[in-house]
Amino acid sequence: MKVSYQWLNEYLPLEENKIEPNALAQKLALTSVDINEVYSPSDGLSNIVVGQVESIKPHPDSDHLNLCQVKISEGATVQIVCGAPNVSQALGKKVIVALAGAKLKDGTKIKRGKIRGEESNGMLCALQEIGFSDKIAPKAYEEGIWFLNDDAKVGDAVFSYLGMDDTIIDTDLTPNRGDMLSMYGNVNDLSAIYDLPNNFKTYDVKENGTQKAGDLLKITIPDPQIAPTYKARVIKNVKLGESPMWLQIRLWNAGIRPINNVVDVTNYILLKYGQPMHSYDYDRLPAHDLSVRHAHEGEKFVTLDEAEQTLQKEDILVTSNDEPVCLAGTMGGLSTAVNDQTQNVVLEAAIFDSVMVRKQARRLDLHSESSMRFERGINPETVETALNEAAYWLQQLADGEVEQGIVTGSEKPVESTPITMSVNKVNAVLGTELKLEQIENIFDRLKFAYTQSGDDALVVNVPARRWDISIAADLNEEIARLYGYENIPSTLPTMTRTLGGLNPRQKFLKATRQSLQSMGLNQAISYSLMNEKQAQQFTIDPAVTPMQLDYPMSSDHTTARESIISGLLVDVAYNTTRQVEDIALYEQGRVFIPKGGERPEEQEHVAGAMAGSLLADSWHLEKRPVDFYQIKGIVERYLHNMAIAGTIEYVADSTRKEMHPGRTANILLNGKLIGFVGQIHPQFAKDLKIPATYVFELNLEALMVAEKLPKQYLHISKYPAVTRDIALLVDEDVTNEEVVDLIYQKGGQYLKDVHLFDVYTGAKLPAGKKSLAYTLTYQADDTTLTEDQVNDAFARVEKHLQDVLNAEIR
Amino acid sequence: MGLREKLEELRQQGLNEIENSEDLKNVNDIRVKLLGKKGPITNVLRGMRDLTAEERPKVGKFANEVRDELQRALEDKKASLEQAVMDAKLQSESIDVTLPGTPVAQGQPHVIQQIIDQLVDLFIGMGYEVAVGDEVEQEEYNFEKLNLPKDHPARDMQDTFYITPSVLMRTQTSPMQARMMETHDFSKGPLKMISPGKVYRRDTDDATHSHQFHQVEGLVVGEHVTMADLKGTLEVVAQNLFGDQLKVRLRPSYFPFTEPSVEADVTCFNCLGKGCGICKGNGWIEVLGAGMVHPNVLKMSGVDPDVYGGFAFGLGPDRFAMIKYGVEDIRDFYQNDMRFLTQFDQKG
Repeated sequence: MKVSYQWLNEYLPLEENKIEPNALAQKLALTSVDINEVYSPSDGLSNIVVGQVESIKPHPDSDHLNLCQVKISEGATVQIVCGAPNVSQALGKKVIVALAGAKLKDGTKIKRGKIRGEESNGMLCALQEIGFSDKIAPKAYEEGIWFLNDDAKVGDAVFSYLGMDDTIIDTDLTPNRGDMLSMYGNVNDLSAIYDLPNNFKTYDVKENGTQKAGDLLKITIPDPQIAPTYKARVIKNVKLGESPMWLQIRLWNAGIRPINNVVDVTNYILLKYGQPMHSYDYDRLPAHDLSVRHAHEGEKFVTLDEAEQTLQKEDILVTSNDEPVCLAGTMGGLSTAVNDQTQNVVLEAAIFDSVMVRKQARRLDLHSESSMRFERGINPETVETALNEAAYWLQQLADGEVEQGIVTGSEKPVESTPITMSVNKVNAVLGTELKLEQIENIFDRLKFAYTQSGDDALVVNVPARRWDISIAADLNEEIARLYGYENIPSTLPTMTRTLGGLNPRQKFLKATRQSLQSMGLNQAISYSLMNEKQAQQFTIDPAVTPMQLDYPMSSDHTTARESIISGLLVDVAYNTTRQVEDIALYEQGRVFIPKGGERPEEQEHVAGAMAGSLLADSWHLEKRPVDFYQIKGIVERYLHNMAIAGTIEYVADSTRKEMHPGRTANILLNGKLIGFVGQIHPQFAKDLKIPATYVFELNLEALMVAEKLPKQYLHISKYPAVTRDIALLVDEDVTNEEVVDLIYQKGGQYLKDVHLFDVYTGAKLPAGKKSLAYTLTYQADDTTLTEDQVNDAFARVEKHLQDVLNAEIR
Repeated sequence: MGLREKLEELRQQGLNEIENSEDLKNVNDIRVKLLGKKGPITNVLRGMRDLTAEERPKVGKFANEVRDELQRALEDKKASLEQAVMDAKLQSESIDVTLPGTPVAQGQPHVIQQIIDQLVDLFIGMGYEVAVGDEVEQEEYNFEKLNLPKDHPARDMQDTFYITPSVLMRTQTSPMQARMMETHDFSKGPLKMISPGKVYRRDTDDATHSHQFHQVEGLVVGEHVTMADLKGTLEVVAQNLFGDQLKVRLRPSYFPFTEPSVEADVTCFNCLGKGCGICKGNGWIEVLGAGMVHPNVLKMSGVDPDVYGGFAFGLGPDRFAMIKYGVEDIRDFYQNDMRFLTQFDQKG
């Protein structure tokens, strides 16, 4: 809410106590509500004064410009060229003059100069030119310069005449502090914060009409849930016109456009009490009755802004003769709006259901000063006070006849639940050592009534204007904020020792990240929500119908991912378009696999994606593009790091449609699929406009539950190792795995290691053959092996390779 | 010429030759020639039998001295020649040490992970456990059990991705509060937990908004937990993440799950409170929301609010990273530009 410092100062002795606006704002921020900004409407403006137009004659060389002689101080009159359409009415009027050297809101500097040959020593201004927004500047002057009141003194700065010398404290409210959407609430809170006398003034109406309002208007509220309180007054023979300047200033400094005295009064009351009001043209109501009801599905209604609204059955309406006349609490109807011809007015002050108003305003995108207040709650104590004061001002400012009595359709009783609280508990929660008297003093300042109950306890009656307070914890907050959060000490919980730590899953995930980082992969965090197609690609197991958002925000993020690779490829594409060629990413996170339950199964996965080369280009190394074996090496090393005990196999797989059919392996743990590794399909890469990219994905759920190798010291033999190299010519479809398995199987007890050191296929070999070369290492733990022992063992291996795999030893 | 003179001549001649020799082979040849079995010194020694008994030991001694001297000279010469060879070799092997070293493959944790890890380590040190929840939550746990009933205006503050009316993408990691309180055995001591993870809001992505971001939620519930403890804990967090001298300031705020609720500001680490661009001139940076757990929240999780109480806080690692490293666009965290990811590699 835009709170006027000058208005506050009418009710609280702020200036008297040297409480400056900025300090006040700071205090509010630390004690009550957040502050958006503190500003004065005159900020950034200078040399803008009251002038008086002494004569006007047409510009000799223009059909729309006029030459005005404007008195700008006693004894000084200057010529100003003015093109405003309403300048013809300006003779003798007090106007806003931006003198030569003046600065305007948009940064324009006014210079002395000539306009079409005629001298001009400044500029006559519209409100917009000195900072008023189009939404706030009164409509009557929309197309022209502003006329100040006749009592403005020529030569004075204009700001005080327009309320622009005020300082505005723009507060930002949390949803609970709806009471701070009124001057009343702000004055009450500030009075408590500063312990200042509260001089808030209320005006009560003396009814001067002759008729009974109840005879002029019937109100029936069949559903008090929609409108727990509904009251109205009838005011006859109002004279519509402009509001006095003080009232217009109140409104525009609060960001509300002055319209006419009737509407302005309702808005003034809204600001003062936080009580939204609505005025109906009594004579244009379909009948002299009012009611409230839900809308019919599809019902049409034209609101004040001339828009036709199509309503739904949750919407709420004020009706007359069952015809809608107002979207309750949100916006009035065009057909019953107060206008220039209005003579008789119905003033409505009500409380509408906050949730219904919120939904309606939200759905129709009709957020208004009124709806905002209804949404956050209305003080039931001041509904009638506000209605009466509104009537008072219509009497004062529009010569209205206030008819006898208030017509009440419904009335929610003003309730105050007593809250019992104890000093001990307050101190136990806040960590303070407050005494009963200190707490009493806080309640005194807040004007909360209380009675003592025993040594330690108070029973507090919180007034209805603080509807956010209902339990003892709420009172703790009042005490804390008024005592001052800065006065609360800083300690650490002193409790029985608790053991902190990561659980085995968390440790496993952390180790996963560390292992992959140590091999050069950078951790990525991609979006878990993707488009429907991406979400189902690269799944380890066949994709299932994915989990989709009910009401997504963007077509790029509609569906929960079933694999991580998809997102990493988006990252690869992002890098590629930005000329980053060497990409090495991994991501550890959740995938979402619907399995028929209310919620999908969330699986921890890890995936990697690599393109370009792992090592940065160097003068010293040959650039080595990433290939299948490099990423497989990372996967192997990772699985080794995680001490997985079972049998891990890499089985060629040509069925994954996003993957290269000849360069992809499923990864099996004890025969069960846990992931895959390979090159993405070249066509897929082409479509994504990315280079050859190698990826892997592993289901960590399987790895986390898998049996782990014990961490144990392995004896290092002190006896020499003996090596033998062997080169084999085998059929092309014989795999390395088959060869190695056989060698180990037949290698004997001293075979310690089998290392593949060469693979060759090519023209020098017979068709359909390949050559594999291995180093076999033999070592005993307790003795030095003899040549014969090694030769025998090696010969056995050779023989089996020949017999079983039909290998030719070379 | 007597033997002595002959020896003297051999000595002079030998020393000269050694002095003038230019390579190791040369030195070796000289050694063989002078000191070998058929060499001149041996010859001289053979002629000793012609000497008198009186002279013999003198000449013998002298001959030994000459031999020793030549031997030393040979060794010295050999050493100096070897040194020269080594020097030449080293000279030929010298390289430009200013050329860059060979690149090493080293991956980095994501900057948000770094912030989370730092917080997790800190809280584990203070005896907290880590509770990681599901990202797809039941509405009941995300809202209802946190004192956010349907139609609560505060739900507008958290625009939500719903899957079904009762299932949603969690908007906060707070649901773990309720889940942990429900299962914690308070007779065995207080509950101290943090819950880090991804959260989602129905937002349009731009420089300061992201439909996906991270949160670290903290909760302490026990018999004697105070707002002063909250303040102290937040100070530890701020000082750990941003710097030792920073203070924490609490301001009133509103969250349905805490009462009182506060917003915590930290002294601007950049200007230490003087006011600068980072803190927009006011010397403080808003870093997190917190408060004392609302009695309704305790009740709904089966915890007696008359006996137990506690505090909760929620902070955003994304925002922390943005503040700490001056990252201006939150989307940078999720686009995974290699040049972005590899920047945060200082471990010190």
